[in-house]
Amino acid sequence: MSSPRPAPLVVRRAVIAGHGDFAAGMISAVQAITGKGDSFRPLSNHDLGPAELEDQIRAAITAVEARVVFTDLPAGSCTVAARRVARDLPEVVVITGTNLSVLLAWVFAPDAPTACENAVDRGRRAMAAFPGGAFAEGGGAH
Amino acid sequence: MPIELYRIDDRLVHGQVVVGWGQPLDVTYVVLVDDTIATSDWEQELYRMGAPPEMTVSFESVDSAVARLAEYQSREGHGILLTGDVDTMRRLIERAPSITKVNLGGIHHRPGRTARLRYIFLTPDDERALRELAARGVTITAQDVPAATPLPLEQVLAGTGE
Repeated sequence: MSSPRPAPLVVRRAVIAGHGDFAAGMISAVQAITGKGDSFRPLSNHDLGPAELEDQIRAAITAVEARVVFTDLPAGSCTVAARRVARDLPEVVVITGTNLSVLLAWVFAPDAPTACENAVDRGRRAMAAFPGGAFAEGGGAH
Repeated sequence: MPIELYRIDDRLVHGQVVVGWGQPLDVTYVVLVDDTIATSDWEQELYRMGAPPEMTVSFESVDSAVARLAEYQSREGHGILLTGDVDTMRRLIERAPSITKVNLGGIHHRPGRTARLRYIFLTPDDERALRELAARGVTITAQDVPAATPLPLEQVLAGTGE
């Protein structure tokens, strides 16, 4: 077979940062569902102070040329650190409140101009409670 | 209700504070004392984002915190007062003797600091300041989350990072 080689894929990567093993757990779930776990680089804030956490987030972004940092909790040191780092990197978006649906939506279309917006929207709409159906829309994002 | 917790934590408003302590103490307000953050809208928005909607976050310098402390202490609900470092807490308590208990919640590694606990690293100046506060009758314990056992200052200072 001598068909022309396909152009190398541009793989958009992202950093996931959170408490405990949140990032590694999320990545294993994405991997199990899509095989695309290597799109993400995990980071835990375990025992890290704010300065160290900022350094690690900055290093992780650089290492994989990340455009997005997904964090677990709005009230989290990862989110604060990621926003501080992103303040100097206008091309980097921070998404917090990350759930599996957010990551799945993003990982299939990371190059779309609205990738982040779509992912956040998908993650929000994935939340539901049973029995009784979903709560009314428009609740807080916390 | 008085302020329930006077905490030194370099992460300031974050998960352990708003959820870990916030839920069991039913915290409705946080007073963040930091001279730099008190003058920066960007910083304040960053930390306000970290708090759930039912929790207010107020920003004070040491000076303004001293002036308003009695008002915070008599406010309805349950509060946490935060500083990001030992020195800010020391300067506050020197002028606000109504603070008699301090929680060491997280002072992390930085050059010049020595490991005392997994989450407590102190400079010699920090240690001196904490000893002075203790000598004045302030009860100082280290406890990152409510489920952990509070460790008295003497044990913290004798520690080697375990």
